[in-house]
Amino acid sequence: MDALSGLGLILSTPFIGASLMILVRRAPVLRDAVTMITSVSLFILVAMLPSNSDGAVFVLAEPISGLPISFGTEPFGKLFAFIASGLWIVTSIYSIGYLGQKTDPNKTRYFVCFALSLGSTMGIAFAANLFTLFIFYEALTLVTYPLVAHYGTPESRNGARKYLQILLGSSIALFVPGIIIVYLFAGTLDFQEGGVLNGKLDPAFTIPLLLMFLYGVAKSAVMPVHSWLPSAMVAPAPVSALLHAVAVVKAGVFTITKIIAFIFGWEMLASSPGANLPLYIAGFTVIAASVHALQQDNIKSMLAYSTIAQLSYVVMAASLFLPIGGLAAALHIAAHAVAKITLFFVAGAIYLKSGYTLISQLNGIGRNMPLTLLAFTIAAASMIGLPPTAGFFSKWFLLQAAFTTESYFTVGVITISTALNAAYFLPILYRAFFKAPNEDQKSFGEAPWPVLAALLFTAALSITFLAYGNAIMELEAPIFGSIFNKYD
Amino acid sequence: MIAQHAQILVVILPLLCAPLVLLLGKSRIAVWFTVGVLSVNALLTWWLLLQVLTIGTLRYSLGNWPAPWGIEYRLDPLGALLQVMIASIAAVMAPFLRKLLAEEIGSSRQYAALVAFILLTAGLLGIVATGDAFNVFVFLEISSLSTYALIAIADKRDALLASFRYLIVGTIGATFFLIGIGLVYILTGTLNMDDLAVRLPEVSHTNTTQIALIFVTIGIAIKAAIWPLHAWLIPCYSYAPRGIVAFLAALSTKVALYALARFLFGVFPLADMPIGSVLLEILQLLAIAAMLIGSAAAIAHSNVRAVLAYSSVAQIGYITLGLALATSAGVTAAIIHMFNHAFIKGSLFMCIAILATGSGKHALESLKGLGHRMPIVGIALLIGGFSLVGVPLTSGFISKWFLITALVQAEKWIWIVAVLLSSVMSIIYVWKIVEAVFDKSDDKQVRSYDLSVDIPIVLLAAVSLYIGINSSALVSTAEQASKWLLGMP
Repeated sequence: MDALSGLGLILSTPFIGASLMILVRRAPVLRDAVTMITSVSLFILVAMLPSNSDGAVFVLAEPISGLPISFGTEPFGKLFAFIASGLWIVTSIYSIGYLGQKTDPNKTRYFVCFALSLGSTMGIAFAANLFTLFIFYEALTLVTYPLVAHYGTPESRNGARKYLQILLGSSIALFVPGIIIVYLFAGTLDFQEGGVLNGKLDPAFTIPLLLMFLYGVAKSAVMPVHSWLPSAMVAPAPVSALLHAVAVVKAGVFTITKIIAFIFGWEMLASSPGANLPLYIAGFTVIAASVHALQQDNIKSMLAYSTIAQLSYVVMAASLFLPIGGLAAALHIAAHAVAKITLFFVAGAIYLKSGYTLISQLNGIGRNMPLTLLAFTIAAASMIGLPPTAGFFSKWFLLQAAFTTESYFTVGVITISTALNAAYFLPILYRAFFKAPNEDQKSFGEAPWPVLAALLFTAALSITFLAYGNAIMELEAPIFGSIFNKYD
Repeated sequence: MIAQHAQILVVILPLLCAPLVLLLGKSRIAVWFTVGVLSVNALLTWWLLLQVLTIGTLRYSLGNWPAPWGIEYRLDPLGALLQVMIASIAAVMAPFLRKLLAEEIGSSRQYAALVAFILLTAGLLGIVATGDAFNVFVFLEISSLSTYALIAIADKRDALLASFRYLIVGTIGATFFLIGIGLVYILTGTLNMDDLAVRLPEVSHTNTTQIALIFVTIGIAIKAAIWPLHAWLIPCYSYAPRGIVAFLAALSTKVALYALARFLFGVFPLADMPIGSVLLEILQLLAIAAMLIGSAAAIAHSNVRAVLAYSSVAQIGYITLGLALATSAGVTAAIIHMFNHAFIKGSLFMCIAILATGSGKHALESLKGLGHRMPIVGIALLIGGFSLVGVPLTSGFISKWFLITALVQAEKWIWIVAVLLSSVMSIIYVWKIVEAVFDKSDDKQVRSYDLSVDIPIVLLAAVSLYIGINSSALVSTAEQASKWLLGMP
């Protein structure tokens, strides 16, 4: 398939799907079928798309002359789109099971907004310039708002309001002026290998400008603009799973990595004064968020803080300012996506069957839901970074990148945070499998089959990384180089 | 023949239409006659804009008396753009005025409101059309007097008081303006604005010129509601009849800002005057204060109309800031936002007018859940709200993009922080309204409402979206207008 027509199809599929869902809203079975068909076709289209359009772009409109909304493909964007669209299928199955029993008047809105979120994510993944990326970044914030506020209770509306205000506020306060400054200095906003700012910006302003993006793109949840993520946990479990473990948060770190690699360029940043600052900020976020995670009793809050820490891993990888760091970032995006979505799926499954939301309620739950907790164990192992899980490999490459630049700060942060990860995941496993159940515990079994199938599938993805990890590295080689280059 | 006189017809047509409507009285024909005249007028302004953009500034001597002795009408790119804006919004709103006013104004007075509405339109168009400083004053008074009448027409205590306050303050403003014009007339012996621009540089250092500039600026600043001279605006926007506020909020302050731009850049030799740069800096400071204080007050209020009124104070700040930069990019940004904000605020006040029909209440509480019952109004409200915030693909984003670009180019870093802060504050007050309107927990039954009143809202919101997706025509017109205004080649 030719790249540009493929892009046109990919970008329109979620929107066509959303419109169809509105049309058939009176027939729930049909609506669920449309969701499934849309997600599967989107995944197939993304998989068939050539990984590089070699600078050819698909132009949609031109809001400001000289700044078109245009799309192209490159390996990093394709990887992100592939992960998001693939996990959307799994999440759709899960959602149908999760929302299945209850008669929920907002279900159509839920599925429609989900499709629109994926459409916006595709826009972010395939944006050919920073302006286009920004438009879809904002769109993603707005279309996910109804999902976060899904339950409509005062609590969920407060959480959703905070979610919206922090994401929108930071992007308008810092992201927009950052883009304008880049445009005025570079004269273009196109993503180009080697960056567009090289030699056009005073080196003293380079890192301050990067920091504007780092905080302006609050979806990457670097402290102190991270607090929207715990607030967003008022959302239903599948929303937290796909959006707040994959699509929205990964859109943030994806944007940061793209800006570092294709707007600034690795070399320019590496030689700028204060080049270590982003690394320190991300490193601090990793440790501080892990400590916060340790203190949480609410399962989803704990997972949210764990996500904040893991996102900053990606930011750290990119902030090493060398291509191999980009590769580590790409791998960690993939590895964390499959593991964290599993953990959220599990949290949702437990809530669905037992109503439990606190870690302290989980005593002996492994006896009621053995398969669910098995999936949790695998995913937790991946978060800690135990072999042979996905997390082990991505951490390996991150360490390799850190040693290449002799960044012992990064090595130290990874070591400490691994210990902290173990400290907040292992006690849960101990509770679930070895502690006696609470006396008042009801007896219940596994979640409905769509929920169980979805979480087992993503758990399986976490331990079969060896089967597809190489494919990811080969895909990314043209832009981030091969991990083995150094020794050739 | 018509083409030759189109420039004056734009003002004459509504002026003639007003007494005829008065004669037609309560008959149904009156409305359709008005709509017809205003539509023809709108088409004329579009045609004139195309003319100005291709040929350049158009001149028309009233009664064939050549300038500077006779009164000259002069249409430049900026004026032509604003005329299009005024005439189009008037033509779109007029058909629905009767329905929107039905609840607040008894049928015996509705035709009077219509007459005042047409006169207001004529006054606003006249301010933009004329090239004569005294004529600006005349049209300013025509529009102000009809505004006082329109606000007071509902016969509510609060509205009467608001109208009276505006009458006092507005008259002071007009007097200041007149004194300023009188002073330059004494100095130069001419009232033609182009002629003034030629003669004033000779006397640019005299104290009289400085004082004239100050009087003119303060006079217009009152009409434009530039902070801290905005106090009249809040009660007016809060208590005037709902259907009228949309029109007032969309246009009246914009036209005053146009007059400010014309006098600052097209009449007074600002660069040669000792107080010129000081005045611009004071205006910048006032603009910043307007943005921050206006947005903060909008957050604090819980009456939707007061929220939107304070938001207008802040948005006027953006426009003033762009103008006061006195750079080509700054003035371009100001013109773009003048145009965009007219459509945004017009549609937002329209939405609120429709949502509040029946209840007549404007507290956030009383609007709860109405967005679900009236989805078209709800969506238009979202588009307007997003535009105020500056979400991409709405016209508000285009405004902000060009304003920030202008500020970066002028290296006004602190101003940028203030603009961004005010934008972030706008998220808070806009979301307050959005959340209330779409609150499902309070699903109140709404009486049936007439879908046809949604038409102007859809049109105004569509303009907002269209500019957000394709701004090139507006931007190039604004660039041309700002170059002309600043006397650049």
